[in-house]
Amino acid sequence: MEEILNLFQGFAIALQPFNIMVMILGIVLGVVIGVLPGLGGANGVAILLPLTFSMPPTSAIIMLSCIYWGALFGGAITSILFNIPGEPWSVATTFDGYPMAQQGKAGEALTAAFTSSFVGAFFAVVMITLVAPLVATLALRFGPAEKFAVYFLAFCSFVGLSKEPPFKTIAAMMIGFALAAVGLDSVTGSLRLTFGFTELLNGFDFLIAVIGLFGIGEILLTMEEGLAFRGGKAKINLSVVLQTWKELPRYWVTSLRSCVIGCWMGITPAGATPASFMSYGIAKRVSPKGANFGKGEIEGVIAPETAAHAAGTAALLPMLSLGVPGSPTAAVLLGGLLIWGLQPGPLLFVEQKEFVWGLIASMYLGNLVGLIVVLTCVPVFAAILRIPFSIIAPLILVLCAIGAYSVHNSTFDVAMMLVFGVIGYGLKKTGYPLAPLVLAIVLGDKAEEAFRQSLLGSQGSLGIFFSNGLVSTIMILGLIALFWSVIQEGYTRLRTRAATA
Amino acid sequence: MTTNSSSNAGPSHKAVEAGVTTVIGLFGVLVIFGSLKAGIKWGAEGPGAGFFPFYIGLFIVGSSLINLWTGLREDEGNLFAEWGQLRQVLSVVIPTTIYVGAMPFIGLYVASFVFIAWFMRWLGKYNWLTVALVSLGMPFVTYILFERWFLVPLPKGPLENLLGL
Repeated sequence: MEEILNLFQGFAIALQPFNIMVMILGIVLGVVIGVLPGLGGANGVAILLPLTFSMPPTSAIIMLSCIYWGALFGGAITSILFNIPGEPWSVATTFDGYPMAQQGKAGEALTAAFTSSFVGAFFAVVMITLVAPLVATLALRFGPAEKFAVYFLAFCSFVGLSKEPPFKTIAAMMIGFALAAVGLDSVTGSLRLTFGFTELLNGFDFLIAVIGLFGIGEILLTMEEGLAFRGGKAKINLSVVLQTWKELPRYWVTSLRSCVIGCWMGITPAGATPASFMSYGIAKRVSPKGANFGKGEIEGVIAPETAAHAAGTAALLPMLSLGVPGSPTAAVLLGGLLIWGLQPGPLLFVEQKEFVWGLIASMYLGNLVGLIVVLTCVPVFAAILRIPFSIIAPLILVLCAIGAYSVHNSTFDVAMMLVFGVIGYGLKKTGYPLAPLVLAIVLGDKAEEAFRQSLLGSQGSLGIFFSNGLVSTIMILGLIALFWSVIQEGYTRLRTRAATA
Repeated sequence: MTTNSSSNAGPSHKAVEAGVTTVIGLFGVLVIFGSLKAGIKWGAEGPGAGFFPFYIGLFIVGSSLINLWTGLREDEGNLFAEWGQLRQVLSVVIPTTIYVGAMPFIGLYVASFVFIAWFMRWLGKYNWLTVALVSLGMPFVTYILFERWFLVPLPKGPLENLLGL
């Protein structure tokens, strides 16, 4: 049981006073980020990334991942109290959370949401602890063709599982790939797509894109709604918490199902948002109280929150073991790893044991700390929400500018951020998903490299992607994911035909 | 564009979507053009620099054509946004552009101060005391946090040089 030993060493690292301090700071910042409109998890981590450059990598990743947990928790607060999903994955939480709050059961809803989040995340971390070493051993057999197949699977899952029309997802994704290709070509060393602009030599940094697309774009969307902001009050006390906890074990089936859905959606990089919707939908169909969903059913809060957190946490598994992030925020964390000189992938588990297990241990502790922090501080965070948007908005814009500048100390990047912001507003309004775009910018170079190396090995034949069992399996999974909605539709059509016949 | 002159008039969703899709398609054409210039043929190191982006460009153009086609078949009538809403959006975009444009010359701190003050006074209609507190406080906290604690240098202008910071 070498893993257990490693995990305990990890706990020893995560429990160092400095790391605990960083953890709490990260959670609090994360919840603030999750609560504020226009500052999402990905964007928040991107802005705060430069702050961690001077820290040791393990502390830095602990802080950044805790910001991520905090943001996941924070999203639930705004959804339940104000019917404003702070994050896309908490949209499903509003369906039953907000009605509960209106019925005066905000405390119950919040407790249920936070506890479910914790359960989901915990389940996913246990899964990561057990599975990560296995994946890492498997991944050692990976050549360029297998690597490309994993990227292929990642992007196909996006197309097949996303709620947006598939061709819009593809278009958004391909824009990301094209932006990633700009600048110096790493294989031949020649310039491409720069059209003579020296600023484009190094291509587009995805951090700038994240800050612009998610941060500035979100502010612009919120501006449309005007500056009016509805306030609200939240009270949460120990007796409500304890009472809700007594009630929760009744829903263990829903919890377990949501955990499994979340983990699966997190590993295949569909991410937290579809996971929460899927889990909510299934719970509604299966639950005996299904008809009551949408009117303030506690089960309707448990299902999406558990799945969203399980997915958000599970997304870190492919990031660490394969270098393929499962969500935009995981992609930003991956970018951080690369900046600190840590190359994610199977070798990370061999060469940087301390780092990997320190991170995994911090996931256990971070979620526990997070649960305590959010349960005790809800009124404070709700108060932040009552600060008018006309104060928050310029502060967030300035923060975005600082974040964009400090990535490369360049004011050109700040201008690029603004351009990305306007583009993000336009794309989001017209139904183009932004997450695949960002993932493609992050992974574009690596996917291309893997693709070209495989083709070089096979002298240009695409057959290399089906040349052995491992690579074919991944490619076929990818194709299934790509045509998932078509398959599903065909299946239901078959069933209805069988039923009517 | 709708010619409806009621208070909630604005560009139609369909028209804007068609516009966005066309721009994306043109971007794809640009990518294809750039890739051809970089060379899509096989060389000594395997596929040339433009090989991969060339196909990416083809994908962009192809999916944009499909999106354009499905988009144009949608029903008319949905608004993209009301003109008033778009004005709100522009009232953020324009000052932010000035803010970003001024940053290399007057530094981040002064620019942020002016920007926050303008935003709060103009759009938020706050009294001068609140405006002054927030707009001076933010750059100050930023300075302590970034330059002092985390040692991240931010752009400075003539004022900072004068103060010797």
